[in-house]
Amino acid sequence: MSDYLAPERRPSWAAFLIAAGLAGLAVLLLIDAAGQKQDGGYAGVGPGDVPRLIAYGLLLLAGFTVISGLRGTLPRPQRQAPVPVLWILGGLGLQLALLHLVGFALSAAILFGFTARGFGQKPLWRNIAIGLGLALVIYGIFDRLLQLNLPGGPLERLIFGG
Amino acid sequence: MESFSLLMQGLSTALDPMILLYALIGVTLGTAVGVLPGIGPALTVALLLPVTYGLDPAGSLIMFAGIYYGGMYGGSTTSILLNTPGESASIVTAIEGNQMARRGRAGPALATAAIGSFVAGLIATLLLAFLAPQVVKLALTLGPREYFALMVLAFVTVSATFGDSALRGLTSLFIGLALACVGIDGLTGAARLTYGVPQLMDGIETTTLAVALFAIGEALAVAGQAEEPSGLHRVKGQVWMSASDWKRSWKPWLRGTAIGFPIGAMPAGGAEIGTLLSYVTEKKLSPNPEEFGHGAIEGVAGPEAANNASAAGTLVPLLTLGLPTSATAAIMLAGFQQFGLQPGPLLFVTNAELVWGLIASLLVANVMLVVLNLPLIGLWIRLLSIPRPWLYGGILLFATLGTIGVNPSPVELGMLILFGVMGYGMRLYGYPIAPVVVGLILGPMAEQQLRRALSIAQGDWTTLVSTPVSGTLIALSALLLIVPLCLRLFGRGKVLSDVACDSD
Repeated sequence: MSDYLAPERRPSWAAFLIAAGLAGLAVLLLIDAAGQKQDGGYAGVGPGDVPRLIAYGLLLLAGFTVISGLRGTLPRPQRQAPVPVLWILGGLGLQLALLHLVGFALSAAILFGFTARGFGQKPLWRNIAIGLGLALVIYGIFDRLLQLNLPGGPLERLIFGG
Repeated sequence: MESFSLLMQGLSTALDPMILLYALIGVTLGTAVGVLPGIGPALTVALLLPVTYGLDPAGSLIMFAGIYYGGMYGGSTTSILLNTPGESASIVTAIEGNQMARRGRAGPALATAAIGSFVAGLIATLLLAFLAPQVVKLALTLGPREYFALMVLAFVTVSATFGDSALRGLTSLFIGLALACVGIDGLTGAARLTYGVPQLMDGIETTTLAVALFAIGEALAVAGQAEEPSGLHRVKGQVWMSASDWKRSWKPWLRGTAIGFPIGAMPAGGAEIGTLLSYVTEKKLSPNPEEFGHGAIEGVAGPEAANNASAAGTLVPLLTLGLPTSATAAIMLAGFQQFGLQPGPLLFVTNAELVWGLIASLLVANVMLVVLNLPLIGLWIRLLSIPRPWLYGGILLFATLGTIGVNPSPVELGMLILFGVMGYGMRLYGYPIAPVVVGLILGPMAEQQLRRALSIAQGDWTTLVSTPVSGTLIALSALLLIVPLCLRLFGRGKVLSDVACDSD
């Protein structure tokens, strides 16, 4: 993966953002650790102590990330095409929102169709139709044969029965 | 000879028709997945974990092992024909193998890779069978502090020793460790970082994290790149190896096995290191090193053998100590835990039949794989012609299927999306993925061992380095952290970044 990541020597804002994220995670751990009861028992180490150690480690790493950001040693990503990424994320988001309303097959078909659209396959309606066929087969195999409990909607009830 | 009779008993389990079927499904899926660019064995096992809840534990685990081995075989096909390694351990194969394919020698390259994998897999699995009982005996003498030291060693080698940046490797590891804190504390029952969300009580599911980071992160990264992949090479001319190909291949196979197995068996990162070492060795020993880089068959035979030997080697610490040293092994560990089994010395006592059945199945799977990969190679190559929109659409469909099947809650799906975006960001900025998964799964185990060790010593931290074994392991970990740092500081880091632990 590392071949296209050419380091450049100028400060990178991404590094500061990453460092802020790491520090934020550390703060979450520290706040939670402070709320834990200190019953270390014989070990002297309670439920809050290991998270606290991890938080210190994260803070240290955040510091080094800032330094590497200042020196510009963090690799810079290639130019990204945002549209395909947004199609996929949109598909995932819709699946999350619609899963319990329309059932597994339809929401999975939307995810499939949106992903294929993100990779350049048009038209969208045909992608979703193909996805629906695939999702119904998967529903049949996994929900009915392998007893995996997939949420069914009106469509699944119509085809596979209650 | 005790191993031998146990192995024979295992073989009788492995030759049961149902178990054979599971193994066959595993190796077929594994090969398919290894061939497809973008999905590695770790991801496949993660995708299939939830699906196997209702199945037989022995069969499922054998299927997972088949996927692991199959993925290693299939990866070579993609590297040779497409120059896009299907999994990271095949990167070295891509160097020489693709050159051979460009020269119309794709057939012999595929053949030496497949036969080399078979030879290595056979020898390494036998070594695993004979070594495992010895390691188990040793493991029974280890206490919590030694286990903790072993885990620290695994943390360091997985995250900081190889790859192009210790900072990014360690950052990945600590993100994994932080995520591991979520849920009920194993020793006191206190709820940590759950914020009153009941779904977080059980902690973050390894499969959710792994599927999100590997499948969704990878799909987003590939979609964002929007760059057409390079063309496929046709298999032209002779598929079989000539006499001189055989003559040039058999020594690299054996040397590759000898290099790959110990590296896989030590808690020292994944298979990538062994493949690179084997490549360098072959280049040094070759009478005509100038051929390297232009399609030298030794450069395919050695690394492919090393690759498969270290896959078997990884199973030594996984089965005997419960210590995963690669992402695939970490997810296989989650597979064991799903069936209520804890890999480690006790597993050999309590579930001897299962363990030996598993090891024997690896031998069977190896034979199946050589059959699947040599005569049927044309079939696998067809998989490479699936258009990317359908391929990734299908990958995402399966990725969410696993999560929905286990726990169809919006929280779980939301985590899947969140970690998927995180995986995308990590790929963009060159953060390795495997340490997050290893951190999540080993983190709670390391914490328990640490706190147990400290309990025994009444809170005295020096206990961690007080025995020769634990002291040596901790010192070794420190060395493996500091020496690469110095190497990079003085501009000698190229070697280390070449051995970068990528996704698997």
